[in-house]
Amino acid sequence: MSATTNTIVVLPDQETARLPKRNYLNNEHGLLSWLLTADHKRIAMLYLISITFFFFIGGAFAGLIRLELLTPQPDLVAADTYNKFFTMHGIIMIFLFLVPSVPATLGNFLIPIMIGAKDLAFPKINLLSWYLYMIGGTLTLAALVLGGVDTGWTFTTPLSTHYLNTHVITAATAIFVAGFSSIFTGLNFIVTIHRMRAPGMTWFRMPLFCWSNYAASVLMVLGTPVLAIAIVLVALERLVGIGVFDPAKGGDPLLFQHLFWFYSHPAVYIMILPGFGVISEVISTFSRKRVFGYTAVAFSSVAIALFGFFVWAHHMFIMGVSNYSALVFSLLTMLVAVPSAIKTFNWSFTLQKGSITFETPMLYAFGFIGLFTIGGLTGVFLGSLGMDIHLTETYFIVAHFHFVMVGGMLMAFLAGIHFWWPKLTGRMYPESLSKLAAVTTFIGFNLTFLPQFILGYLGMPRRYHAYPPEFQVLNVLSTAGATVLGVGYMLPLLYLGWSLKYGAIAGNNPWQATGLEWQIQSPPLTENFVETPIIDYEAYDYEWLERKQHEGVTTVG
Amino acid sequence: MDNAAITLNEPLMPHEEAVSGRDPHGHVMLPQHRHHFETEEQQREAGSFGMWLFLLTEIMFFGGMFFAYLLYRNWYNPAFVVASNQLNVVLGAINTAVLITSGFFMALGVYAAEVRNRSMLVWMLILTSVFGCIFLGVKYFEYKEKYEKHHIPGVNFNISEFVNPPIDAKTHKPDQPAIAPDMAQKTQIFFFLYFGMTGMHALHMIIGLGLLVWLIWRANRGDFSFGYVAPIENFGLYWHFVDIVWLFLFPLLYLINRHPLK
Repeated sequence: MSATTNTIVVLPDQETARLPKRNYLNNEHGLLSWLLTADHKRIAMLYLISITFFFFIGGAFAGLIRLELLTPQPDLVAADTYNKFFTMHGIIMIFLFLVPSVPATLGNFLIPIMIGAKDLAFPKINLLSWYLYMIGGTLTLAALVLGGVDTGWTFTTPLSTHYLNTHVITAATAIFVAGFSSIFTGLNFIVTIHRMRAPGMTWFRMPLFCWSNYAASVLMVLGTPVLAIAIVLVALERLVGIGVFDPAKGGDPLLFQHLFWFYSHPAVYIMILPGFGVISEVISTFSRKRVFGYTAVAFSSVAIALFGFFVWAHHMFIMGVSNYSALVFSLLTMLVAVPSAIKTFNWSFTLQKGSITFETPMLYAFGFIGLFTIGGLTGVFLGSLGMDIHLTETYFIVAHFHFVMVGGMLMAFLAGIHFWWPKLTGRMYPESLSKLAAVTTFIGFNLTFLPQFILGYLGMPRRYHAYPPEFQVLNVLSTAGATVLGVGYMLPLLYLGWSLKYGAIAGNNPWQATGLEWQIQSPPLTENFVETPIIDYEAYDYEWLERKQHEGVTTVG
Repeated sequence: MDNAAITLNEPLMPHEEAVSGRDPHGHVMLPQHRHHFETEEQQREAGSFGMWLFLLTEIMFFGGMFFAYLLYRNWYNPAFVVASNQLNVVLGAINTAVLITSGFFMALGVYAAEVRNRSMLVWMLILTSVFGCIFLGVKYFEYKEKYEKHHIPGVNFNISEFVNPPIDAKTHKPDQPAIAPDMAQKTQIFFFLYFGMTGMHALHMIIGLGLLVWLIWRANRGDFSFGYVAPIENFGLYWHFVDIVWLFLFPLLYLINRHPLK
């Protein structure tokens, strides 16, 4: 690798290179060997296929929403059908895509390898978690096919309990079951990271990907059961008329809001924290530097998890909570910006004086940092009481959380998929196409959601299928952007699928990265390591890697 | 480890799993040892840590209902007091004793597994289940009593007893103070929570009894007679957790108004 090349990719000689004879993909054959597997890598692949499926279903609903909003008149669908569209879009994207996206796929695949273990602590529970996810997904599809749900993804009472005749119980059961899948994933990660680390793998030698998934797991384990009980009470209210949330019987709908947001606010950190982990890995690898302020980045994940539990009522500022509690929650909300900013600044300092190269994962990571910063800062606007009362229930909110969730998390997910694809499959994707996809996604995203900030600020409310004609120009821009974004998401599906058979053989460590996962064969063996690795170096130690390559041997099987 | 020195592109030899009951490092492998754990110690620690975490999620699950209880008890205290008086303290106290006894036998069961005493373990697990069943039986009669008194929330819910308390035959006075009809309606919230919380607790007991049947069958087969106590120990944690939930439910639901200063 000469100093003048602008890439760090080193692929083996394609004439002689072969995929390893034995790996987790060909260790066993047949459908049953996949459906009954306890191998964390195979379960990760099952998850990857399932969440991709649901992502495109949720995406189709996003497309329908944007299509309806192309014109100010309600001309494509009726109001209640539109309500079903955004409800299904929300439920599918949040519970079936974003929450499991990085942890259940990349986390499942990589956490045991990164800490030098053969598998997660509870392989069967891991498989059970995938089945629960699939049951939740099937029930969601059932609710959809039977006629849909129109509560919004928040199941707000008394709308969900008294005024709707759609398939609320089916959808609620789906979320209840999918919630347990997420609890089991989190539980597995926490126990694995505590108890299964290889000799020498101390907490502060772990890659930051493990730290952020650990923090997200704590949120999953502590938050999800509260959502479960809230949803059980909603279902009981519909089924047998239990009145815990029914004002006519002395109940309080606000209690539902508290219970729901006690999970659903931390849930946004469940979604974004694993993405932070991906970005730390990618930025470090493509700057050839240790992550700046490793300890600060590690603890900021934990801080976000901790603060995340004390800000939920900022979703309820206009719902009649007392001014004093709104004040406190507004202040606490501002506090979350601190650890998030620590991360962003540390990534920027990692780039400083690094040998930066612009491979696909890095492009996605750059997209992430910019878009997440915008999403995060608009979150500070919304956390301020006065601004929130003006902007809540408008497209400003929609743009804000899409910047964090799509611009942030989805970019991070794609960065991670592109970064570890050679490890997952042993093959490389076409670099130029993937760069094109990254750029298309970035352009399409901004075109879709930047106009929505303006729309929201001007006062266009969310969740309506019609709007005043003066908003049309910005809405047309947004719909056009959504089309570009759709192309940006279809491209990876095509070329990654293509690469499974025709991609170049990637070799063990195409990025010359330091992580333990790059020191083993790609795709890995079923048991990951031939011998238990002993870790005697820090994470992201590029000098160690250079020394190792110089000696031409690897210390890990 | 450092001597392993395997070059990157060489095909890697499969990791030979303990064929002769010994792992590659020469340690004796017990049948329950799962291949992905380095040592059995690690396996046991991971298992019990996982169980504690699961119990933490259970605490959060019940926590939602306890929070609702806290809120409504503060709002509708008079209704909660009179409704609580309708619960049968004697049956509740008996059930508390029954459940503690069941937990006691469970603890003895863990001990029996640790000393590798098969017949004692089987008997302790059977006794645990018997007392668990007694608890549910008593609960059935309590629920039935609520049904007969029209204290099940819904269309047949009857507040007359709270608005016009029955006159005691001896003292010729109402046996408890009357409350206004709108507050009396709020007794429904108490009974929602009573049925919700005790029902969820009973559901956990039923799941526990199902697991006990499975454990008794395995214990009888001799699975836990050679030092493999993890499943018994972890189930014990679950069973004690269910006991502890009841130890909170009993005073909160039955004893609100029964303090000495009354």
